[in-house]
Amino acid sequence: MSNHQDPATAVGYVDPPARKGFFTDTSVCIGCKACEVACKEWNAVPEDGMTLTGHSYDNSVGLGASTWRHVAFIEQPSEGKPPESPPNDDSAGAPAVGLGMPAMTRPGADTPAEERTPFRWLMESDVCKHCTHAACLDVCPTGALFRTEFGTVVVQDDICNGCGYCVPACPYGVIERREGPAGDDAVGLAQKCTLCYDRLKCDLEPACAKACPTQSIQFGDLDELRERADARVAALHGTGVADARLYGHDPDDGVGGTGAFFLLLDEPEVYGLPPDPVVTTRDLPQMWRGAALAAATLLAGAVAAFAGGARR
Amino acid sequence: MTATQPGTRKSRRRDRAMVPEATFTSYYGRPIVKASPWTADIPAYLFLGGLAGASSLLAAGADLAGNTALRRPTRVTALVAILGSLAALVHDLGRPARFHHMLRVAKVTSPMSVGTWILTAYGPMAGLAAVAEAGRLLPRAVADGPVGRALPGAGRAAGAVAALLGPAVASYTAVLLSDTATPAWHDGRRDLPFVFVGSAAAAAGGMAMLATPTAHAGAARRMAVGGAVLDLAMSARMESAMGLSAEPMREGRAGTYRSAARVLTAGGAALAAVAGRRSRAGSALAGAALLAGSACTRFGIFHAGQQSARDPRYTVVAQRRRREAREE
Ligand code: SF4
Ligand code: SF4
Repeated sequence: MSNHQDPATAVGYVDPPARKGFFTDTSVCIGCKACEVACKEWNAVPEDGMTLTGHSYDNSVGLGASTWRHVAFIEQPSEGKPPESPPNDDSAGAPAVGLGMPAMTRPGADTPAEERTPFRWLMESDVCKHCTHAACLDVCPTGALFRTEFGTVVVQDDICNGCGYCVPACPYGVIERREGPAGDDAVGLAQKCTLCYDRLKCDLEPACAKACPTQSIQFGDLDELRERADARVAALHGTGVADARLYGHDPDDGVGGTGAFFLLLDEPEVYGLPPDPVVTTRDLPQMWRGAALAAATLLAGAVAAFAGGARR
Repeated sequence: MTATQPGTRKSRRRDRAMVPEATFTSYYGRPIVKASPWTADIPAYLFLGGLAGASSLLAAGADLAGNTALRRPTRVTALVAILGSLAALVHDLGRPARFHHMLRVAKVTSPMSVGTWILTAYGPMAGLAAVAEAGRLLPRAVADGPVGRALPGAGRAAGAVAALLGPAVASYTAVLLSDTATPAWHDGRRDLPFVFVGSAAAAAGGMAMLATPTAHAGAARRMAVGGAVLDLAMSARMESAMGLSAEPMREGRAGTYRSAARVLTAGGAALAAVAGRRSRAGSALAGAALLAGSACTRFGIFHAGQQSARDPRYTVVAQRRRREAREE
């Protein structure tokens, strides 16, 4: 498969629709989790443990069989100066009266600038990457995982036998075998984001993108999203956000670029993403050759074991 | 990057400082890749597959050499082991009733699919070879009839095919593990097939030494010793070539299994070489040690992979180094 070929065409779709994907702009994410909830609602994904993890505001922890969208919360002491005090223009109206409500002033306004801690929140709504070269799809021995006409990767529940091979194969740690709750139809089967295949078929956008109030999650034709992302990074760089970068957008990366890519404000691993993922099947020809050579070695060894006896 | 972000962790100092210390960042120390959902069934499946494949080689050799005392137990071992291996595989499936979906497709990009087809070809051949051994248990009338007379020839032909497929049965499982994003499995990809066939030969040789009178077990001993040497040498080479992910091979549960594997395999091989020919008890003891050593090798490598997937360090640090090397 050539690196820049459309994945749907590459698997034999004739004249497929434009490749669809997500551009997740984490710089505008407010961590409201509307996407997580909308995804669960639409796809009937069961509850995934209601325990508090003790770190940050994250209770769903990571992508998995029952979390197809996951919002990461990173509490981060940032480098550099504490934020400037916002301009105070209360003089314009009547003086504020305390009603015992929280936040009568702007956050941080009561704290002198030098006492404020330099601190920032990073938030990122993560999802299956719908890789151009998808390891999960490559290794699935049943054909349960397949490439859709939109270039996305979907599991067929009625074919998956639960072998779990796709789980360690995914370089992003996305797909997982569902282990509970008891009675759920998909227990024992691999589960992950379908990019709302059913909605796409009806010309609807995925539930998470629909629910996102800040347009942090943008859905559309991948080519157009990439252009939009480039413009957004340039704009952020222009306003001095030097750390803004795209992740997964490059068709020359280890997975041939992803169908869901991200604008991040820090290194990928800070968000729990691998810094340099590679589709594991890239090395497969080399591995098969090694196995063939090892098999030949065993055969030769067995011959030698008997020939050795004939000599003695 | 500041060193105080959540999940930042400095690597512990290790007695053998193979790699420089690495500071890295992660999301609250959470894993990045997912460990396989597999349990003890899978290392058992690897071990039994290797035992079966290499036993078929011994059986075919014994058949050609006219060594009935070695042929019988090795043919039976091959069948029992491959059935056990299949049972473990099916038991591990999230939906065992859907095992047959494996036969819907044939994909070279999926080592599990390739393996399923190898086993589908190999199993019946190993089975027929073992059934041919039952000929002597048949009532006189049947044994003298056409079926009885055809059995030895059919057994020989089936056994030969099984012997040709046996090495594939023993080696494809290394690709099965390596073709994942699990750091310790993927990083060992170059040497793992050789570790696995060595381990398979040690196990099959060992089992045959247990089950065959010493006078007839010469080939089994040679295969066992050769396999053990290959396993030990290639394991050492693999560990030194793996880089960062060699650490989990030496630590925790995996480390314990791998130490046990080394002691059992080396000890078993030494005993087989020294006392294998003279003492029936020594031969049996050596065989048992080699079998156990082979099983420990599989469990050790299995757990090393699981450990390496659960710690984001092995994913992040290795990938960052790779990226930095490329950018230089
Ligand atoms: S991110 Fe993982 S699960 Fe999603 S398409 Fe890529 S390999 Fe498959
Ligand atoms: S668990 Fe299901 S989807 Fe994953 S590789 Fe196995 S059969 Fe395919």
